[in-house]
This record gives sequence, structure tokens and C-alpha cells, in this order.
Amino acid sequence: MKKKLSMLLAVGLLVSGITACGVKSEGSQANANEIKIGINYELSGGVASYGQSSVDGIMLAIDEINAAGGIDGKKLVPVKYDNKSEPAEAVILANKLISQDKVLAILGPATSGSFKSEVSVAEKKKVPVISGSATADDVTVDKTGKKDYAFRICYTDSFQGTAMANFASQNLSAKKAVIVKDSSSDYAKGLAENFIKTFKDAGGTIVGEEAYVAKDKDFNAILTKIKDLDFDVIYLPGYYEEAGLIIKQARALGIDKPILGADGFDSPDLTSLAGAGALSKVYFTNHYSSLDKDPTVIKFIDDFKKKYNKEPNAFHALGYDLAKFLADGIKRSKSLDSEALKEALASTTDFTGVTGSFSIDENHNPVKAIVIVGLENGVQATAVRSGK
Amino acid sequence: MKNIFKHSALQKFIMILITYAAIQGLISAGIIDDYLQATLATICINIVLAVSLNLITGFTGQFSLGHAGFMSIGAYVCAIITINNPTAVGFIMGIIAGAIAAALIGAVVGLPTLRLRGDYLAIATLGMAEIIKIVFLNLEITNGAAGLQGIPQFVNWTWMFVFTVATVLIITNFLKSSHGRACISIREDEIAAESMGINTTKYKVISFTLGAFFAGIAGGLYASFFFFLKPDLFGFLKSVDVLVIVVLGGLGSISGSIIAAVLLAVISMFLQSFSEVRMIIYALLLIILMLFRPQGLMGSKEISLSVFKKLGLKSKTRKEES
Amino acid sequence: MENFLQQVINGISLGSIYALIALGYTMVYGIIKLINFAHCDVYMLGAYIGYFCMTSLKLGFFPSMVIAMLVCTVIGVLIEKIAYKPLRNATRIAVLITAIGVSLFIEYGTMFFVKANVRAYPEMTGFLAKSFAVGGLKITAQQILIVISTIILMAMLQFIVKKTKVGKAMRAVSLDKDAAELMGINVNSTISFTFAIGSALAGAAGVLVGIYYNSIDPLMGVIPGLKAFVAAVFGGIGIIPGAMIGGYFIGTVEVFVSGYGNSLYKDAVVFAILILILIVKPAGLLGKNTKEKV
Repeated sequence: MKKKLSMLLAVGLLVSGITACGVKSEGSQANANEIKIGINYELSGGVASYGQSSVDGIMLAIDEINAAGGIDGKKLVPVKYDNKSEPAEAVILANKLISQDKVLAILGPATSGSFKSEVSVAEKKKVPVISGSATADDVTVDKTGKKDYAFRICYTDSFQGTAMANFASQNLSAKKAVIVKDSSSDYAKGLAENFIKTFKDAGGTIVGEEAYVAKDKDFNAILTKIKDLDFDVIYLPGYYEEAGLIIKQARALGIDKPILGADGFDSPDLTSLAGAGALSKVYFTNHYSSLDKDPTVIKFIDDFKKKYNKEPNAFHALGYDLAKFLADGIKRSKSLDSEALKEALASTTDFTGVTGSFSIDENHNPVKAIVIVGLENGVQATAVRSGK
Repeated sequence: MKNIFKHSALQKFIMILITYAAIQGLISAGIIDDYLQATLATICINIVLAVSLNLITGFTGQFSLGHAGFMSIGAYVCAIITINNPTAVGFIMGIIAGAIAAALIGAVVGLPTLRLRGDYLAIATLGMAEIIKIVFLNLEITNGAAGLQGIPQFVNWTWMFVFTVATVLIITNFLKSSHGRACISIREDEIAAESMGINTTKYKVISFTLGAFFAGIAGGLYASFFFFLKPDLFGFLKSVDVLVIVVLGGLGSISGSIIAAVLLAVISMFLQSFSEVRMIIYALLLIILMLFRPQGLMGSKEISLSVFKKLGLKSKTRKEES
Repeated sequence: MENFLQQVINGISLGSIYALIALGYTMVYGIIKLINFAHCDVYMLGAYIGYFCMTSLKLGFFPSMVIAMLVCTVIGVLIEKIAYKPLRNATRIAVLITAIGVSLFIEYGTMFFVKANVRAYPEMTGFLAKSFAVGGLKITAQQILIVISTIILMAMLQFIVKKTKVGKAMRAVSLDKDAAELMGINVNSTISFTFAIGSALAGAAGVLVGIYYNSIDPLMGVIPGLKAFVAAVFGGIGIIPGAMIGGYFIGTVEVFVSGYGNSLYKDAVVFAILILILIVKPAGLLGKNTKEKV
């Protein structure tokens, strides 16, 4: 039997190798009038909603660019794959995009974990990869040094967490805070750590730390526990899906202290989930506020509504900017290759997008101002700017 | 093991060598690029996982839904050791330590739970895997939800191949030993086996521990090849994925598990181009395959050499599973 | 004390949801020994059907719930006829894999049409928007609705199974399919009926969860499904009161671990208790240990 088995093993691996080669041949003939861009996003699996939203934003921008004649007459051609919200699949697809589809650059994935996995491939293959929402601090720089080919256009966790902690202790004069975080999300983990550090440095204390996991719907248990604590603010790093429900349930239990969050709050769904009445004394750090009437933002919201028939959220906006940012880099790039594109992206200064205007710093992070949006009855009532 | 130097063993050895050399050649020639290598790695990891789960579920008849838990132990232990000792020796130590840790947990969990039957055992093992996942999510050393990154990548095609072949050979040899036959007898009829004087608990635990050991190996390979770990990679759905491979290949068929692992990887590769609908097509294929081949592709048969001579199936005479 | 009672209320309302889903699992398992993974997705479909009834058709809560239950009944029966019936004589594990396939198909099929993002249920008005303060405790009308609906549905179910002819047929099929057939019971239609009831319950649970938490998404069934199944096993799978007890137990334990212990480990504690219970009582809390026949 062993013999048969090993035969089988042999043949199986061989067959897979050969079919794999067969697949390859259908690959890509580079067209002189096209620029191929890889899109490696979470279209199914646990965080599919973030991936799908980002891709919606990207496609809107690409359509706009192509409708306006492309970049120097060349059309952007997106090659879109679904990484099933799995970092290993993101690695496989990044390899596929680079070696078989021969893309110029890759956009995505949306989450830090998958993006970090992709960055290792990008470094090896020397192809720029850009994320619109990988916020973990060590995405572009880690212990081993700077990642030459990794870029992002979103805030880092430390920047957002610190900004909110300063706002809490200075503007809200908070001394005691409670943390409610999503223990299954790297985004929440990074924000919470940085918030706690800055808040403590400013003389505050953390009186309670509670956790939930993504897709939970019932938060009454932890909120009932928090209710009896003596605190000034709740810091709630996480996404609108759970944050909306937490705010609703907290207000229903009679917790009326300010609730602070991050750009994960920015979605029209936050209002519909929590109910406008519950959304008072809610503050979150964000890229832009609907209060400032920036024509870029207004045009984006109009175009987005026209195409998708719904209000955009932060992922849509970041996805849109991501594609525009890449297009801007390609335009300024001396030649159409990954090396020149990397240089062009790294030297971006004063790029104006929906999520604010920014320059890329030496660590490939955007330098952009942050807005702390305050909600009253579900409507943006205050916007405090804090620059960097 | 004693017939390893016999003629047929030699033939087999040559076959393995040719496969290895052929693919290695294609890699060196650049025909198999990094993308295909990553796919090959997935296939190898899935073969190790499926064959080890088949030992537990297919051959010993114990329904386990916790394979991802054992895999995660192997992956994290291997990753932590290689991060602290980024040498080839460190990697070997890591993967072995990971497998042993997984086997230990397997034995500890197996001893009390393996007296449960059928679906109750499945739920107990599922619960165990969830607990392991939550512990990894909250430990400092695993970096929680943010995940472990920067794991040195040692595993290449050669390592993958060596570990996969070793796993398959060790498990098939085990199954041919008296211990293995004892395990199969438990699947066929536990009471009859017990009355024949077989210590069923002991053999169930042995099979479970051995399965966990190789799941740990698969985890180590995964950690080293994909260099990033996150607790939610090893959730319930991962266990289900492995189970799907085992059942699709045929419970109690090692060759079936191998074919199914390759087949699913190839299907998944073709589906990559259908980004939005890939999971829908995958689900449909799963249903259709099961409706038409409920016993799996191979049933409990093994593929034999004569296949290549006669191009027909010559089955081993083993009782079909009822 | 006040805090404790509030947590009890939280536990009971969460437990009701698990119990409601667990009922469907337990019935199907009782009759064909299948872990129907697609059950939690029927629950999700119920929530979406209710959502579209309320938003697009502007129907009220009760008509929406009835429509959701009816449509889910049809879907449940269709799933059984198309995917499970041809496998009646296959191994149980093969049917299990088919169930997983059906589950993935429904999840991603739904996601294809409605996208992955969450949707908020329309805000309730009238009685369903009220909340009551008893002493220092807060109880919402929706919590009351959920608990009462669960108890009514479970009582109806118990009545159907114990007192009606169909129920008798269900019990007969669950005991011995072949013997039941010989006694003139139509096994196929009995199984279909079981799926119909189970799916109707899932549909109801979907709408109730929709209005209670007002958030639905295509993967909303996965985690409650898993926990509800654990609840069913905990109580003794195949036993209707067992599912109920299991549901309330899991809900309460979860709430108390979060409320008085460490919320990081709430699910781990639930599973640890489950494993302990199974080791002590291998057939669940209410299950009978069947002696093996030689």
C-alpha cells in the first residue's frame, strides 16, 4: 500500500504542478495602453464588509480616472481577487498578482494582518503595495526596519489613539476612563494600547477594561458592569457595526457619559444602528467632518450616491483616495515600473483627497491633520482640528 | 518499517525522488513561480492535516472538529521558537516542539473526552479548539489579535515535501502495524474490538495523539511558510475545511485525502478569478460532489499501482464502510 | 443586588435567543441525526425577509414575522428535499458536509445580493419602543417580547410533538425509521414537516433578533448558530426542553462571566463548562445514556 500511496502522492503533486502551469499560460500580455493594478481585498469571510466597501470606493475612483481619459492616455485596469479574509490567501494572491498578472502595484488588503503578510511578498518582489486601512503601527516600519514598498494613507493606531487621549484629558477634562475593546481585532488592540498610554501619561487612570468579539450583538452584560463604575469617559475603539449597538445599549441602560471612538465610527450605519437619539456626547477621531464644506468631499459624496445609491463610510472614502493616490503617483512616476512608482509615491507632497490633504513621510505614512468630530442627536455638531 | 529496503520500497523511493526532482527542477527553471509554490505549500499543509485527521476520524472512527486547535498550537510554538532562534536548527526544534506540544494537549484532552461518542465528541473537540483560540487571543506572548509577524521563513519546497512524505509514510506504516489495525477495529465495531481484548481507550488516545502531533507539524509548516499568525485563522471553519477534505477524499482512504487536498487546491485556484462569486461556486461544488459521491471520491479504497497500468480502479479488499 | 438582577434579565433575554435557535437544531437532530449547519443561515434569511417586509413593503412587525416564518418554512423544506433527502442512506458525515455546503451557499449567495455590510432594522414605534423601570432595573418591551415569544413557541412545539398525530409520527421516526415506515408512517413527509417547523422557528428568531439588536448581516448566523448548537448538546440533543434549558444556561453563564469575571474569557468558560458537563453526563443534561446493544 505504501508504494501505491507514494505513487499517488507523486502523481498528485506532479498533476497539480502541471495544471498550475496550464493556468499560468492564460496570463497577461501587457497592453501598451493599459496599466494593470492589483486589488487584493477581503470580499468574503469575517471582514468582508470592510473589503467590499474599500473596493466600491476604489472602483468609483478608477471609473472616474478612466472616464477622464486615463493617465496620460493609459487606462487603469483593475485585477480583482478575493482573499477570503485570510492572510495566507492574501500572500498567495499577492504572488499571483505580481508573478502572473504582472501588476504595477497592489491596493489592499484592508486589515493590518493580511496587509502585513502581503508586505513581505512585496518587499521580496519589489512591487509597491498600498493600503487604505491597515492602521497597525508596524505595518510600514517594524523591528527589522523600514518597509521600502509598503505605503498607507490612513492614520496609524498610535496617532489616533494619542489624539483621542489628549482630547479626552484636555477638552473633556476626563480623569477616569473605561476601555471597551474588540479583543479579536488588531485595530482595537492598537488603538486601546496607545490611548491608555497617553491617557495615563496625562495623569488619568483606567478604571475598567472590558472586551467583546466582533459580531457580538449583546453587550448588556459588560455595560451593566460598567454602569456601577465611577468614570468620566468610555473609550470604544472598534468599528461602527458593534459600536453602534454598544452606544444604543449603553444609552438604554442609562449610561450618559461621553463615548469616544476612532475612524471606525465613520459610517451612516452608526446612526441607523444606534438611533439618532442615542448619539449624543459621542466623539470620534476622523479624516474629515461633514461640517467643513470642502468641494472635494461634497463632490465625492454626490458621485458616490449616484453610483451606489447609498451614503459613503470611511472605508469608501479611503478606498477612493487610495486609487486616486496611486493614480497621482503613476502620473508623477518617471517611468512605468515599480521602482519609479515607489519613488514617486514616497515623494508625494500635499496630495488632496477626500480624507484630507497629506504628504508621505519618511516611514511611508501620511502626515495629515485629524479632526475630532462630536455628535449631538446623531448630527455632527463640533469639529476640533488637531494637526500633526 | 522492516520492509523498507525491499524491492518495492526502493521503487517507491525512486518515485518519490523523481517527483521531488521534477518539481524542484520546474522551480529552478522558474516555471513554477512563487505563486504556484505558495499553492503547492497549501496543498502540502492540507495533505498533512487531512491525513492526520483521517487517522482520527476515518480510521479510528472518532469524529473530531478540533483539528485547527492542534494546528494552532504547533504553529504558535514553532513561530515563537523560530523568532527567538532564527536558524535552521531553531526551526527544526520549533516544529518538533510544536508537534509535541500539540500531541500533549491532544493526549490530555483525549483521555477524558474520547469516551464520548459521535457528535458529542465532535462538540467537545470543537469546544477545546475554541478555548485554545481564545487563550491565544489573550496571551501576551502570542501578541493577541494583532498576530505574530516576522516569523523567519525557512520552509521551502524541499522542507514541505520532506515533511509531507514523512507524515504520509509514518501514518500508513502505523495503520499497517498491529496498533493501527487495533484502531481500525474500533471504527468497525467498538464492542467487538473490546471483547477481542483490545484496549479501546488506549488506542483511541494513541490515534488522537498521533493525529494531533501531525496537525502540529502542519501548523509549524504553515507558520514558517506564511510568516504571519493570527488566532482567528484557526477557528471552527479551519477544522471544517480539513474535515471537508477528508470526507471528500473518502473516510479511511489516505490516497483519497491526498487527491482531495490537491483537487480542492486546484479548484480554489481556478475560482480565484471569480472574486465575488468564488465562495458560492465552491459551496455548490461541495454540495454536488457530496450528492453524487456521498462516500467520497475514493470511498475507503486506496488507489493502487495498477491504476497506471490498466487505467482502471483496482480496489483493495477492505470492507466498505456502511 | 440590583446589578445582579439586571444581569439576570440580560442573561435571560440572551438565552432566549439561543434557545429559540437551538430548538430547530434539536428537532432536526432528533429525527435524522444531522447537525443541520444550514439552520443558522435560515435564521439569517428570516431576519432579512423581515427586514425587506418592514422597509420595502412597509409592513408592521407581526405580518413581517409571519411572512418570514412562511418563507423560511418553504426554504427549509426545499433544502431538505434538494440536499438532504438524496443522502438519506449515506453516512452521516457525508450529509454533514452537504449541510456545510448549503450553509456556505446561503451565506455567500445572500452576501452577493445584499452585500456584506450590516443593515439596521427600522426603529420600532409604539409598544415595542417602550422600556420599563422597575426599581432600579431596566426592562425593554423587546426583551419581554423575546422571552414571551420563546416560551410560547416552545410550548406550541412541545404540544405538537407530544399531543398531535404528526408529533407522534415524528417521535416514531426519531426512534426507529424503518419500524415507523412499517407502521404506515410516511417518513419523508414527517421529516419534511420537522424541517418546516424548525425553519419557521428560525425565521421567527431572525425577525426577533432583528428588532431586538436592530443589526443584521449575512454572517450573523454563524456565531449564534454555534452557541445554539452547543446549547442543544448541553441540554441533551433531540430533547426539546433540553434545548431550552441549554439556551438559558449558556446565555446566563455568558452574561455572568462578562459581568462578574473577565469578559475576555466568556466564550472559553462556556465551552469549558460544556466539556465538563459532557464528561460527567455524556448525553447532555437531560439525555438518557443508552446502553449499547451487542
